[in-house]
Amino acid sequence: MIDTATASAFFTSGISQVIGALLFILLAPLVGGIITGLDRKITARMQGRVGPPVLQPFYDIKKLFEKEKMVVTTAENFWVFAYLVFIVISGMLLFANSDLLLVIFALTLAHVFLILGAYSTGSPYAHVGAERELIALMSVEPMIIVAAVGLYMVTGSFETYGIIVSSTAPILLIPCLFIGMVYILTVKLGKSPFDIATSHHAHQELVKGLTTEFSGSTLGMIEIAHLYELVFLLGFLFLFFGLAAPLIGIVVIAAVYLLEIFIDNAASRAKWQFVFKGCWAITLVLGFLNLFALYFVR
Amino acid sequence: MSGLTKSPWIIHYDASSCNGCDIEVLACLTPLYDVERFGILNTGNPKHADIFVVTGSVNEQNRQVIKNIYDQMPKPNVVIGVGICACSGGVFKECYNVAGGVGQVIPVDVYVPGCSVRPEQIIDGVVKALGILEEKRAAFAAESKKGTDTGANADAKKDGGN
Repeated sequence: MIDTATASAFFTSGISQVIGALLFILLAPLVGGIITGLDRKITARMQGRVGPPVLQPFYDIKKLFEKEKMVVTTAENFWVFAYLVFIVISGMLLFANSDLLLVIFALTLAHVFLILGAYSTGSPYAHVGAERELIALMSVEPMIIVAAVGLYMVTGSFETYGIIVSSTAPILLIPCLFIGMVYILTVKLGKSPFDIATSHHAHQELVKGLTTEFSGSTLGMIEIAHLYELVFLLGFLFLFFGLAAPLIGIVVIAAVYLLEIFIDNAASRAKWQFVFKGCWAITLVLGFLNLFALYFVR
Repeated sequence: MSGLTKSPWIIHYDASSCNGCDIEVLACLTPLYDVERFGILNTGNPKHADIFVVTGSVNEQNRQVIKNIYDQMPKPNVVIGVGICACSGGVFKECYNVAGGVGQVIPVDVYVPGCSVRPEQIIDGVVKALGILEEKRAAFAAESKKGTDTGANADAKKDGGN
């Protein structure tokens, strides 16, 4: 479909990295906002409701920046800003041909900043949310690293452009790792049953968990970071298809996201023990079996 | 049109309601009335909320709680008293432990009377509150602009002094 030689020539040139990074910074909030808007619309339709306008996430963010700056401790602004910056950096690195391990490191660091922000507020609800976010982080990390290793074993490259210009789509050799990534995507997107750290449906137990003490523009920054992170995660899934099957990749990722919305609506919130055990079991079984098989195939 | 009127988030507090009005408030979120059409979300957190919906009359136990929730909400915000008890105390007005309506504790912007109120009335009240919210937002924006101006002047003076 796309001429691989031209593609690799383009992707090895330095200008493509600048374009990739700039496109991510400018377009990711727009694309992420529209996907989130469609998500809320589809969720409403699944529940037999009309639902908010598709542009609702943008209204929400605009609203948050119009509100009073009510700050518990000034440290929270610093941590949340660092979270936003590092989410953007990790996305930029992904879209600008960086080392996948560095990308994963930057993403983890971003979440650590958010957790520190929640801890800095001193609220018991924010503390519970922060602890649960740490557990969620610990649950998903092995699978992401195993996925990166799998992509390396198939394509011989840790660099993102090196992965996407591979002549065969990596998913053909590491389908189990893709399924594992889809499983942990639920945790990363904060959807039920894995919305343990912060949830729209946990008023009684958590108030708002991780984001309880953040309001106004601080919360707005978190919302923007979520839009960036959504595009980042979907971009990460695209690595499994690359330029060998770009259209199939987009269709499969759209189907995966629909599945996530369905699971979100169908499931109730799980205990953190289940989240942790489930993610690590999936990583051990699917991840290592696939890597083991790959070792003998190659 | 500001973002605020398109995305009003609600915190709902049951003062000492008989639960009649609470059920009707929750009914607004159900598929039949679906207030999320207007971007309205029910947050359980005063720090995220723009509209404070109170049901039931205020008694001496929860007077402080209402004030506390109100103080934790970032400006601009509005308060809606839902149900006749929240408006005036209703049939409990003369009780020894009842202070009266929500207006006794915090300033209320919209009263929605009824026993119990119908979801249509609550939505109508919220829509009325949105108009007030927009006015408050404009006033707040003007005031904070003025505030930063004076702040900058103060800094300039301090620098001049040094």
